[in-house]
Amino acid sequence: MTNRIVTGAHYGLRDWLAQRITAVIMAVYSVITVFVLLTSKPITYGVWRDLFAQGWMRVATLLFMASLAWHAWVGVRDILMDYIKPAGLRLALEVLVLLTIAAYAGWTIQILWR
Amino acid sequence: MKLSIYRYDPDKDAKPYMKDYDVQLEHSDRMLLDALVKLKSMDDSVAFRRSCREGVCGSDAININGKNGLACITKVADLPEHVTLRPLPGMPVIRDLIVDMTQFFKQYESIKPYVVNHDAPPERERLQSPDEREELNGLYECILCACCSTSCPSFWWNPDKFVGPAGLLQAYRFIADTRDQETAARLDNLEDPYRLFRCHTIMNCVDVCPKNLNPTRAIGKIKELMVKRSV
Repeated sequence: MTNRIVTGAHYGLRDWLAQRITAVIMAVYSVITVFVLLTSKPITYGVWRDLFAQGWMRVATLLFMASLAWHAWVGVRDILMDYIKPAGLRLALEVLVLLTIAAYAGWTIQILWR
Repeated sequence: MKLSIYRYDPDKDAKPYMKDYDVQLEHSDRMLLDALVKLKSMDDSVAFRRSCREGVCGSDAININGKNGLACITKVADLPEHVTLRPLPGMPVIRDLIVDMTQFFKQYESIKPYVVNHDAPPERERLQSPDEREELNGLYECILCACCSTSCPSFWWNPDKFVGPAGLLQAYRFIADTRDQETAARLDNLEDPYRLFRCHTIMNCVDVCPKNLNPTRAIGKIKELMVKRSV
């Protein structure tokens, strides 16, 4: 088989949009978290534990992690698409990235609701 | 003026090499292209493209001290004493400063760079309002010199799949044209992780465009239209 150039997968817009929306979510979470921590000086173990004992903080952190996961997936896939040319190797690496991200997401849930 | 020129003749040279020249400029030699023409009279084996010598044809796009530009509108006075000239990056070199533009024009052709209108042609011309015409400003002026696309890393890595800033600027030029009836098909053609979404908005294209155009803004407008039609 000759090496035909193929394009036309007809996706990309959703990922591009998602990358921007998840970036905003992460930025808002970061600002709120920094603000909460700065206003409750000194940051002791107790302050930290009380903060994460609240339901809204756990949900917000989970939302942050979900945003990070999606954002990272789009970004890392972009890098792989740019630099890894053999399709088989690229697919294998993409699966590896997805599994890693899924593992981190699972670990986050475990930490938050331990 | 000291010129370091990238030299490569595939028939003679095993590898490309840099050659230094000392060019004595006269008072009338104002532009870098004048220096190149003078150099050609010293060493007629140096190969470069040139035609209109006034920034309209886009033939003499080269890499000047690491930044793409047109030799004919680059003032010698704005350059340092020592200037290094290389062919446009990321393109196959045919000889010296001449590159093979096939891939670049393939991408340009892939966006159908012409108005598609299925209505019967009117008696005189298809009219536009002044506002509709205004939208084409900053788009139609592109001279296809390839300075932008060959300064774009995404185009270097995927020249066969990514349309590149020049092609996308022209794609938007026809998407924005109210006389064109293929807007949806044009957007479909570009909705692809490689063809459009390889652009990561680093704006090298805007930095080098000798006509001061803004491909990044045009690409943004294409994405905006795609969002508009899908939400």
